Amino acid sequence: MFPFGFEWIWDMSHLVFMGGLWYALTIIGLGMTYCVIKAVVDTLQGKGAHHH
Amino acid sequence: MDSALFPKGVKRCPTWQFLLWIGAVGIVLLWGVYAMLLCWLKGLNQTNMNDYYGFALWIWADLAVIALGGGAFFTGFLRYLVGKDELKNIINFAVLIGFICYSSALLILAIDIGQPLRGWFIFWHANVHSMLTEVAFCLTCYFGVLTIEYLPLILENRQIDKVPFFHNLSHNMHEIMAVFAATGAFLSFFHQGSLGGVAGVLFGRPFAFREGIFIWPWTFFLFTWSAAAFGPCFTIFLLKITEKITGKKLVRDSTVWLLAKISGWMILTYIIAKTIDTIYWLTVTAPSAGYGVGFFYDNWFYNIGWLVAEIVVGGFIPALILITKKGRQNPTALFVAVLLGVIGVSINRWVMVLQVMAVPVMPFDTWALYYPSWQEVATTILPVAYGIILVSLSYRYLPVFPNEVELNAAPEPEPLPEADEDVPAEAAAAQA
Amino acid sequence: MEMNAKQHKYGMVIDLDKCTGCGACMVACMSENNVPFKKDESNKRDSITWMRVYKISNGKPYPDADVCYLPRPCMHCEGHDGHSPCVSVCPATATDYSRETGVVSQIYTRCFGCRYCMAACPYHARYFNWWDPVWPDGMEKTLSPNVSPRMRGVVEKCSFCFHRYQLAREKAIYEGRDEVAEDEYQTACAQACPAGAIVFGDLNNPDHQVTRIVEPDPHHHFTGHSKKAFRLLEQLGTNPKVYYTTERQWVRKILGQYNFGSQAAAHGA
Repeated sequence: MFPFGFEWIWDMSHLVFMGGLWYALTIIGLGMTYCVIKAVVDTLQGKGAHHH
Repeated sequence: MDSALFPKGVKRCPTWQFLLWIGAVGIVLLWGVYAMLLCWLKGLNQTNMNDYYGFALWIWADLAVIALGGGAFFTGFLRYLVGKDELKNIINFAVLIGFICYSSALLILAIDIGQPLRGWFIFWHANVHSMLTEVAFCLTCYFGVLTIEYLPLILENRQIDKVPFFHNLSHNMHEIMAVFAATGAFLSFFHQGSLGGVAGVLFGRPFAFREGIFIWPWTFFLFTWSAAAFGPCFTIFLLKITEKITGKKLVRDSTVWLLAKISGWMILTYIIAKTIDTIYWLTVTAPSAGYGVGFFYDNWFYNIGWLVAEIVVGGFIPALILITKKGRQNPTALFVAVLLGVIGVSINRWVMVLQVMAVPVMPFDTWALYYPSWQEVATTILPVAYGIILVSLSYRYLPVFPNEVELNAAPEPEPLPEADEDVPAEAAAAQA
Repeated sequence: MEMNAKQHKYGMVIDLDKCTGCGACMVACMSENNVPFKKDESNKRDSITWMRVYKISNGKPYPDADVCYLPRPCMHCEGHDGHSPCVSVCPATATDYSRETGVVSQIYTRCFGCRYCMAACPYHARYFNWWDPVWPDGMEKTLSPNVSPRMRGVVEKCSFCFHRYQLAREKAIYEGRDEVAEDEYQTACAQACPAGAIVFGDLNNPDHQVTRIVEPDPHHHFTGHSKKAFRLLEQLGTNPKVYYTTERQWVRKILGQYNFGSQAAAHGA
C-alpha cells in the first residue's frame, strides 16, 4: 500500500493502481478539508446564523 | 412528539405508529444480527458454503447490492457531470439508496471473510493484480464519497441546520458536490468493473472466463454498464414502494420519466452488448477450452431458462418498456419494467457467482448445487431491514424529497408533458 | 542465503495404471502436514484432503467394468509466467508462485479467508478451514513441528511438502553443497505410495526421473514431449506441474477429451 512496505515494487501496476487510489483519496481529503475550513471561517464571519 | 425534527411543511405519521413500524423491522434486524454474531463467534461453519462454494449467497448479495446501488453514482454522474439538472429532485434518494447498498456490501463482506480481524490485510498487503483488491479499495473509497454526499442531507435536518457551522458546512459541501460526484463516478467505474473482472479473469473456470482488452475482461465493462443501467431501476423501484407506503407523491413524474428513459436506453445498449458477449463466449471462448454449447446449462437447476430470464425477461423487456414513451408513462408498466430490470441484473450477478461454482470443470467431476443456511439468509436479510430503517428515518427527519411539499399541497399534481422531459425544471420551491 | 541462481521446477508424475487407490498418499499427507480432520469426514466438500484420490469408472457393466484412481494434489500451476489461477487473484498476496522452486505457497498468517483462490482453482485443490482444528486427546503430541497448523477461517493446500525442501536445503548448505539431491527432497505422498505410482523431482533437471518420464517441452507450455504424460485441464492454460500417465485408452479419453457434455461416463468418487 505504501512505498515503504516490503511488498512494494516500483512497477507500472503499482504506480497506476496506487496512483489512482491516492489521487482519489487526495481529492476527497482536500475537498472535505476545504469544506470544513470554509465552514469555520463562514461561521466566524457570522454567516448562516439568520438564514431563515 | 418529534415533529420539531420533521422537514418544514411536511406531514408525517404519529410517533407511536412510526415506532411500531421501526420495531417490527427491528425484530428482523435483530434476527440478522444474531446470525451475524453466530458467524463471527463460531465461524463460517454456520453457513452451507463448502470447498466447492467458497463464493455463495453473500458474494451474490454483495454484487447485487452494488449493482443496484449504482443508481447513486450514475444519477450523480448525470446530474453533476452531464448536467441533467432535473435529476436534483431524485438525487438525494439515489444517494441514500447507494449509501445503504454500499454499507450493506461492506457489512456482508465483513461477515463473509474467514478472519474478519484481518480484513485490513487487503489494503495493507494489497496485491495490485487482483480484481478483488481493486474492488476493496474503490468500494471503500466510494463508500466514503457516498457518506460525504449523504452528510449534507443529515445536516439539513431542521434542527441541525439551525447550528450555523453545520449550515455552512452543508452549504459548502453542496457547492463542490460535483467534485465529489466526479470522484465517485471515477471510483464506481473501476469497482463496478472490477466486480465483473472478479469472475471474468478466472481462466480456470470456463463459465466465468472472458477475453477482453489489456488486463480487463469483457465482464469488466459489462458490469459497469449494467450497474449504470439497472441502478436507476432500483432507485425508481424503491421510490415507487416508498410512495405507496407513505401514500404520497414524492418525486415529480417528469423526473422519474427522464431517469427511466435514460435507464431504458442504457439497458438496451447493455443487453445488446451482453448478448454479443454471450454468443461469442458460447461459440468461441468456451469451445476453445473444450466446453461445447449447451454444456453449461445441462443441469436440472441451471438450465437455459436462467439465460433467457436474464437476457430477455430481465433485459430486453424492461429496456423496450422504458424506451417507449407509453411504456414509461404508464405507472404499472413502469413498475413492472423496473422490477424486471432489478431481477435481471440480480440474475446476472447470481450466475456469475453461483453458476460459476456449480459447473463441473474437471472431467470426472459432477455439478455442485448449494442452498444457503438460515444464518446466511438471515445475514442477507439483515441489510434489507437496516435499509428500511434508514430510509424510514431519513424520510421522516431529513429533506430527502425537495418537491414533497409542493407535490402534496396541490389537489392534483399535474404530470408534465413529455416534451419537458429533457428541459431542466424550475427550481424546487420546497427548498428551505 | 542464496544457494544458487538455478531455478528449480518441482513437479510430479503419477502413473494411473499403478495407483491402486489404497489412499496411503492421503494418509501420509495428512500426517506429514498436520492436516486437521473431523469426526465425520464423509462430506468431501467440507473435509480437508490436500491429496485427494478420485475414483473414475468406465461406466461399463461386468466383465468390461474398469476403475481408475486419480490422486490429485495441488497442481502448482505456473500458468503463463507464474500467473497461476489462484496466485494472481489473491488480494492480500497470501499465496505466491516461487520462481526458485515452482511451488505455489500459501501463507496462512496472511490469508484472511476471502476464498477467491478457491473460486479460481479448477482442481478444487484448495481447502478452507471451516472449523478450528481439533485433534483427539494426545494426538497433538504427534503433530509435526515443521509444519504450522492452520487456524479457522484460512485457506490451505498441498505445499509439495515444502518444509522438506527447506530442511534438505539447509542440510545441503551446511554440508557445503549447492544442490539438493533428488532423493533428499521427496514429498510424503511419493514416499508413501506402495506401488511407486508417484514420482517427484525437479522438472528442470534432466537427470531426475520425473523429467525422464515427462520430457516436458519448454517451447510448448511444458506439455509432455512424448505425449505419454499429460496434465489435467491442460487446455485451460493453467500450466500445471503434476503430470499423469496411463496406457488405458478410456482413461485418456475421459481425462483428455473435454467436450464431454452429458454423456460423461465418469463418476466423481
